[in-house]
Amino acid sequence: MATKKFMYLNRRSSFGTIYAIESLEVVLIAAAFEQDVSLAFIDDGVYQIVEGQNADGIGMKNFSKTFHALGDYDINKLYVSAESLEERGLSADDLMPLVYEDEDDDWAEKPSIKVVFNVELSKIMSEQDVCLSF
Amino acid sequence: MKISIQVNEGPYQHQASDTAYQFAKAAIEKGHEIFRVFFYHDGVNNASRFTLPPQDDRNVINQWAELGIKNADGEPELVVCIAAALRRGMLDESEASKNDINGNNLHPAFRISGLGQLIEAGIKSDRLVVFGD
Repeated sequence: MATKKFMYLNRRSSFGTIYAIESLEVVLIAAAFEQDVSLAFIDDGVYQIVEGQNADGIGMKNFSKTFHALGDYDINKLYVSAESLEERGLSADDLMPLVYEDEDDDWAEKPSIKVVFNVELSKIMSEQDVCLSF
Repeated sequence: MKISIQVNEGPYQHQASDTAYQFAKAAIEKGHEIFRVFFYHDGVNNASRFTLPPQDDRNVINQWAELGIKNADGEPELVVCIAAALRRGMLDESEASKNDINGNNLHPAFRISGLGQLIEAGIKSDRLVVFGD
C-alpha cells in the first residue's frame, strides 16, 4: 500500500470530551498501516501531553501514559504549538519527556516532541496528504 | 476524484452530518466517487434506524441511506466505528446477539467495522474530508 503523510491534529484537552482519547486510538491503529505519521498539539490540545496528569478524582481513565508508547510504533514527530503553550502559561518543561530510539543513530534515545511556532506548523500541515482533526 | 468522508458529530444537535451529506451528494452529482463515509465519535448516531424526526423535518439517517454508497461487492460503505458504536448503544444484529441484547438499531444501509477502515480510506482516497467541530 502506498505511504502517505498522515497528521493527527489534537485541539482539545485530555478530558471534558472524548476526542483526545479517540484520537489516540486512531493513531495507534494507524501505526499498523506503516504510514508516515505525525501529531500536532494546538489550542487546548497541548494539555494532552502535560506531565503529571491524574484522573483519579473524575472517574476517568488516565490515558496520558499511552503517549509514551508512541515511540515504539515509530511515531516520533510530535509538534506542539509554541503559541498555544504560551497562551496557557505552559512551557516545554511542563510536557511529558516523550522519546524514541533512533535506529539510524545506534538506537540513541531522542525527544519526540518539537515545539514549533504556528507559522512553521502550518507549513508542516500543508505538506501532509491527510490531516485528521480531533 | 475518489473521496472519503469522516463524520464526527451526531444528527440534529450539530450540522456536521447534514453538511457532510450535502457535500457527498454534490460530489456524486459532479461525477466523483465516494469511496467511504466513516462515522466516528457521536457520528455513529447517524446510523440509527429508530430515528423518527417530526414530519416536517429532514431524516438525516434516511438521506445517507438513499445515497446508496456501496462498494463493488455491494456492501455498504457507510461505516460505523465499532468501539464508538458499542459504547453508545448502536448495535447491528450480530453485536446484539453476541452480547445477549434484544433488538438492534443499525440501519441496513450502514455497517459496523473498525478504525482500520478510516485509515484505509485515507490511504486509498484522493481526499479525506472531515466534518465536525
